[in-house]
Amino acid sequence: MSNNIDLKRGLDIPISGTAVQKTRKVIKPDVVAVKPTDFRGLMPRLLVREGDKVMAGSPVLADKKSPEILFASPVSGTVAEIVRGEKRKLLEVRIKADETQEYVDFGARKVSGLSADEIKDALLKSGLWPAFIQRPYGIIANPEIRPKAIFVSAFSTAPLAACAEYVFKDEMENIQTAVNAIAKLTDGGVHVSLNSENYSGTPFHKLENVTFHVFSGKHPAGNVGVQIHHISPILKGETVWTVSPLMLAAIGKLFNTGKYDLSRLVAVSGPEANDPCYVQGIAGMPMESIADFCKDGKSSVRFISGDVLTGKNVGEQGFLGFHDNQVTLIEEGNHYEMLGWAKPFRTSLFSFSHTYFSWLTPGKKYDMDTNLHGGPRAFVMSDVYGKVLPMDIYPVYLIKACLAGDIDKMEKFGIYEVLEEDLALCEYVCPSKIEIQSILSDGIDLMMKEMA
Amino acid sequence: MRKFIDKIKPSFEKGGKFGFLHSTFDAFESFLYVPNTVTLKGSHVRDSVDLKRIMITVVVALVPCALFGIWNVGYQHNIAFDLGWGFWQMVWYGFLRVLPLYVVAYVVGLAIEFISAQIRGHEVNEGFLVSGMLIPLIVPVDVPLWMLAIAVAFAVIIGKEVFGGTGMNIWNPALLCRAFLFFSYPSKMSGDTIWTGGVTRYLTDGTAFQSGNGLADAFSGATPLVHAGAGGVQGLADAGTSFMDLFIGTIPGAVGETSVIAILIGAVILIWTGVASWKIMLSSVIGALAIGGLCNAIGGTPAMEMPAYYHLVLGGFAFGTVFMATDPVTSAQTETGKWIYGFLVGALTVTVRLFNPGYVEGMMLAILLMNTFAPLIDHYVIEASLGRRAKKVKVA
Repeated sequence: MSNNIDLKRGLDIPISGTAVQKTRKVIKPDVVAVKPTDFRGLMPRLLVREGDKVMAGSPVLADKKSPEILFASPVSGTVAEIVRGEKRKLLEVRIKADETQEYVDFGARKVSGLSADEIKDALLKSGLWPAFIQRPYGIIANPEIRPKAIFVSAFSTAPLAACAEYVFKDEMENIQTAVNAIAKLTDGGVHVSLNSENYSGTPFHKLENVTFHVFSGKHPAGNVGVQIHHISPILKGETVWTVSPLMLAAIGKLFNTGKYDLSRLVAVSGPEANDPCYVQGIAGMPMESIADFCKDGKSSVRFISGDVLTGKNVGEQGFLGFHDNQVTLIEEGNHYEMLGWAKPFRTSLFSFSHTYFSWLTPGKKYDMDTNLHGGPRAFVMSDVYGKVLPMDIYPVYLIKACLAGDIDKMEKFGIYEVLEEDLALCEYVCPSKIEIQSILSDGIDLMMKEMA
Repeated sequence: MRKFIDKIKPSFEKGGKFGFLHSTFDAFESFLYVPNTVTLKGSHVRDSVDLKRIMITVVVALVPCALFGIWNVGYQHNIAFDLGWGFWQMVWYGFLRVLPLYVVAYVVGLAIEFISAQIRGHEVNEGFLVSGMLIPLIVPVDVPLWMLAIAVAFAVIIGKEVFGGTGMNIWNPALLCRAFLFFSYPSKMSGDTIWTGGVTRYLTDGTAFQSGNGLADAFSGATPLVHAGAGGVQGLADAGTSFMDLFIGTIPGAVGETSVIAILIGAVILIWTGVASWKIMLSSVIGALAIGGLCNAIGGTPAMEMPAYYHLVLGGFAFGTVFMATDPVTSAQTETGKWIYGFLVGALTVTVRLFNPGYVEGMMLAILLMNTFAPLIDHYVIEASLGRRAKKVKVA
């Protein structure tokens, strides 16, 4: 581990409810959903109607802009409902699952004999192409281009994230297959980042055909965007792709078995989860199937698909996201607290700043809720953001450029290098309670519109 | 209490009977209770710190200065009139003199804050909690209250609200208030008699707080800064002021700025909580020592020969460095910029002190000037950083 990149700045949010390494149950979902909202900027075209029969791997949606990108059903069954929101925006395609699962057979194939185009074709047809996220902007990868490189973060530092060693312990063969496959899609190679803490212990260490990088530090050291920033920053005009180990496993399974298989171990975590642990689930599975994790007597629990920093509030009736293997349950903090800001101690709350005394109890975990703990204000404290962002950018200036809609400045301050998840901690620590992720998101949308 | 608020809340909401007072109601409600708002977008959990907490931390850090200032007002009065008072008499006198300053600062300042928030329909910002705490500590105790009221109004309206409120202002409002006083009422605000409580009244009416005693024979009222400016260390010694007096703060001066010990307590609180930047404080001290040391080497006048570290305990330097220069809104925002900004604050202060015979207190002007240039410093720091990065990428 000679080239360990040690990131000094960051914060591991001490939230309670880490999932213990056991699998409580296998979920056979009744209904699953394919959600176009899992992908940035996607204009979906419906390929099915209510009542249609689908198999696991049958295309359900296509991308309007590049119709060869397909989105497939994770289960076999019947299209039960097409849910639309405001302005008829397509939100979900709900599929009622059959008792026995049938898979479209894409044919098991040896990756070594396939060309780049054949691999691309297989991924597009099977609905696994959306596994690639393209930076800048974090959109679905454009199949027309060859990216500078492909990056994989083999560990997650996000709060309560699923433990990679546990969830992928049986998937390493598939991941190796996938790595061999996607290595043909780029000239820059596949870059895998490991955590220095268990550098030699993790099974990812044994992967071949990859370039390793080692990182140490607190969250967001495990974010692939932060890693790219330190390995090879994205310049204007360059594109790189990222893919998660979770999706590598699915890609590997496609080539090894010929099946579109999005089943995964999902960490059910969070302060409101009773006995937090893992379940065997699938992308698009309903939150109802894990409702039994909720502690008794709590009426308002927020179901988050993903982690508390970047996940989506999907609600009790919602479904797991395409890229997620974690559900976090936290309490809605819609309560008042008398003179809370003036109380000297407030020991039940965590603060990154030393204005409270939580720094005296470093090992303590906190039952966090969704209360904002204050009102929105203008930027006042300029130096707190840099303390949790191990990147060589000026977050306040970037966010102000986004607010102003100034393309030149956004470019200058590094918008190509960041996604919302990278600045999520800045939002967490912000004493002015500014919606940094949402502002950045608008900024990225504007960039896409103006630079297209 | 909560029930009462919930009961009257609807009438303050849009369309309610008092809908136009929405901001005011909101300010009081959020003052009493942390609101029940939950996160809608982005991160689902948030840190428990908010601006109210940060502001209250600064206020707490200012308490030692305020308490010492209250005592010192009585102490100086006692010396000036040769009253032979005990500790509690001094505190009581100081309290009676300082309290009106606070009342005026807060009432005027908060009223303007509330009105402007009301006009804009914003939430009331808590920034003035700190400004209102600072202002009485940096004015002479004998300042007429009507002047203070006008100065506060000027500082809040022109210094802050026209720019859009806390977070948008260019100059530190509290310092702007003091600058306004000094330049608008020079006849009242300068001279040697303004700094000791009760002396102004004695000179005009012939009566002080306690009648019967005239001014003590030895009374001069001049601040040590004046002595030092005129005679260097010897000047201080002639006036009977030692380094320790300056350090402890038993000297005439603005209410809260005299005691370096009290200021250091505040500095420790601010640095430890991370509210104020230690970089600015340290570099400001370095800047003052550098220019002071340079002048020592050149020599010439007694003031220039005064050891550089005297500048750190004289006048408003310590107070300004710890509480004013570090204002996160008006100081430089980049980390490198903070070093430059702080250094220049310290350096300019000493420069003004030593080379401007008419105006001895350089701290206020140095900070206001650097406030003006802080965005420029940041601009060049960022340009340099981006340039470096571009070069690095090109090489790689």
